[in-house]
Amino acid sequence: MSTPKQLPRWADLILLPLVGLAAALLLSCGVIALLGESPWQAMRLMVDGAFGSQESIGYSLFYATNFIFTGLAVAVAFHAGLFNIGGEGQAYIGGLGAGLVCLWLGHWPFWAVLPLAVMGAAGFGAAWAFLPGLLQAKRGSHIVITTIMFNFIASALMTYLLVNVLIKPGQQSPETREFGSNSWMPFAHEILARVGLDFTATPLNLAFVLALGAAGLVWVFIWHTRWGYALRVVGQSPEAAVYAGISPSRITIMAMLLSGALAGGLGLNELMGSQHRILIDFPGGAGFVGIAVALMGRNHPVGIVFSAILFGALYQGGSQLTFDMPRVNRDMVVVIQGLVILSCGALENMFRQPLTALLGRRRKSGEGRS
Amino acid sequence: METYTLMVLLLAATIRVATPLLLAALAGMFSERAGVIDLGLEGKMLGAAFAAATVATVTGSAWLGLGAGMVTAIALSLLLGFACVTYRGNQVVAAMAVNIMVSGLGPTLALAWFNLGGQTPQLDAAGQRFTAVVWPWSQSARETPFPGLLYAELLSGHNLVVYLAAALVPAAAWLLYRTRFGLRLRAVGENPQAVDTAGISVTGLRYQAMIISGALCGVAGSYLSIAASSGFVRDMTAGKGYLALAALIFGKWRPYPTLAACLLFAFTDALAVRLQGVALPLVGVIPVQFILALPYVLTVLLLAGFVGRAVAPRAIGVPYSKEK
Repeated sequence: MSTPKQLPRWADLILLPLVGLAAALLLSCGVIALLGESPWQAMRLMVDGAFGSQESIGYSLFYATNFIFTGLAVAVAFHAGLFNIGGEGQAYIGGLGAGLVCLWLGHWPFWAVLPLAVMGAAGFGAAWAFLPGLLQAKRGSHIVITTIMFNFIASALMTYLLVNVLIKPGQQSPETREFGSNSWMPFAHEILARVGLDFTATPLNLAFVLALGAAGLVWVFIWHTRWGYALRVVGQSPEAAVYAGISPSRITIMAMLLSGALAGGLGLNELMGSQHRILIDFPGGAGFVGIAVALMGRNHPVGIVFSAILFGALYQGGSQLTFDMPRVNRDMVVVIQGLVILSCGALENMFRQPLTALLGRRRKSGEGRS
Repeated sequence: METYTLMVLLLAATIRVATPLLLAALAGMFSERAGVIDLGLEGKMLGAAFAAATVATVTGSAWLGLGAGMVTAIALSLLLGFACVTYRGNQVVAAMAVNIMVSGLGPTLALAWFNLGGQTPQLDAAGQRFTAVVWPWSQSARETPFPGLLYAELLSGHNLVVYLAAALVPAAAWLLYRTRFGLRLRAVGENPQAVDTAGISVTGLRYQAMIISGALCGVAGSYLSIAASSGFVRDMTAGKGYLALAALIFGKWRPYPTLAACLLFAFTDALAVRLQGVALPLVGVIPVQFILALPYVLTVLLLAGFVGRAVAPRAIGVPYSKEK
């Protein structure tokens, strides 16, 4: 143990998260068994519920769209060495931005509303991340704590706005009126029907493509621009960044703005794509799922898209589970999610050490033979 | 007269709201002073609330419920210690994992065991809950407004856990500042290398801190489900763990200022309930949400250094490894 061994890159990027996932699923099976249901049957139902039909695939990808946005948000901040737990609040406020555009300009043609709504979502989300970023950069306020506080402040603010200001007059539940139908995201089944493909009606919509586009942009930004390079340098070593003439505080603020903007994208899918109005607590914990998604996806856009689809499938499959197994409810999905964060994030070293030893030994014996 | 009575009732409500906050904040004080960020307060409390309600339902004993709550929270705390201290994992990630896992596990197990849609049965039989302890002569004291009403409402009529929480503040202060253990605990959060050099186990101290934190969170969670209310419901902590953390920061990681912060935050909460839809002179109706958001806004301002300065223990959040 004198020289610390490194895990090969492929194992670090692919094998380690898969081992973590396997461990989390194994523990989940244990929980399901504890509930008195058959784990094997439950896993089969979940896979079937997530991918078994066009409808289930549509729903899985719809949920995945939210998670791609929030996962990217966590990842961008993480590359700058920041832990943004405020994705939930940023998505909430970002959705307000998109929603306001749709409420005001809902009668405009879609191609005109879309860029404005994207700007609204990204702008509001970024604005909500700005203060925590600024306070971290200039005053050294711990970003984890400030973003948590901003989640609660966002929740209070949105409740106030929806109950007192934006509520549709003459209605009990705190939600706005419906957006003008011009501003609705085209559904996947509508788009596919236009090119002659038949697809079941699901909430899956154009925002999925936007999410993939965002993932592509993040990839270009982080690895192929000077700004992205500076961001990674600050994340690796703020001291080195200062020597290289990079201002860590500027990068910190920039990373948080970008992170908040990405989280805001959730509103495009959830509100413009499916709900068509602003309502209480529409992010529904997706901001926190983003942490799990980013951890599993190793903070890489490709990994994030795949792990977001996995979590989307978990959500959809989990709701299927509740129909067929009366002793299991949707909360089981939350348990699995927590276990994934535990095994892929917190207990990473527990799997890394034996894996490194195992792979190291194998390589050594291979060398001996040749 | 009317205002006086209202004020006394408001303060009594403040004490009841402050109790779980205070217990959780004291829990966080031990782990954070030892250098472990304790975002897991929320999850540990929620886990304890579920375990306490479950065991109190099954056995009919509030004391066994409290014990189960404490054991559960200690177990979750040890899990955090296992991830953060032994395997040097990211403390924030580990805590989020525990919080999310517990928020799902409680309703899941409750549904499977009690089949009541994710909550535990109502606790109404005698002995299943901690109920109000009525002090002698408080009924007759109520007749005289001062000091009788204060005696009857503020001192008398709370459950055991409230008095326990109050007693724990000086106890925690003593443990932290007047004992060798407390000195070492504070040292391990500031400069673990020095503690290690002195031949004291950093890992051991941090685990001890996690156990204390778990035990206190256990009491806090049990208070929620078997003292303040009668049974476990989904997400019943509702961010109290995070609010406790904010109070701890607001109290600058010291026992008495933390107590003051808990009382302040609890007061805003009690006030928000009281002011719902009430028009005040000059300002009109203050939206409840603004009052409820106040503790979080204050904490952000404090962290930004605009109202005093909160300096965290120096080694907080940094896993300790001997090689460095």
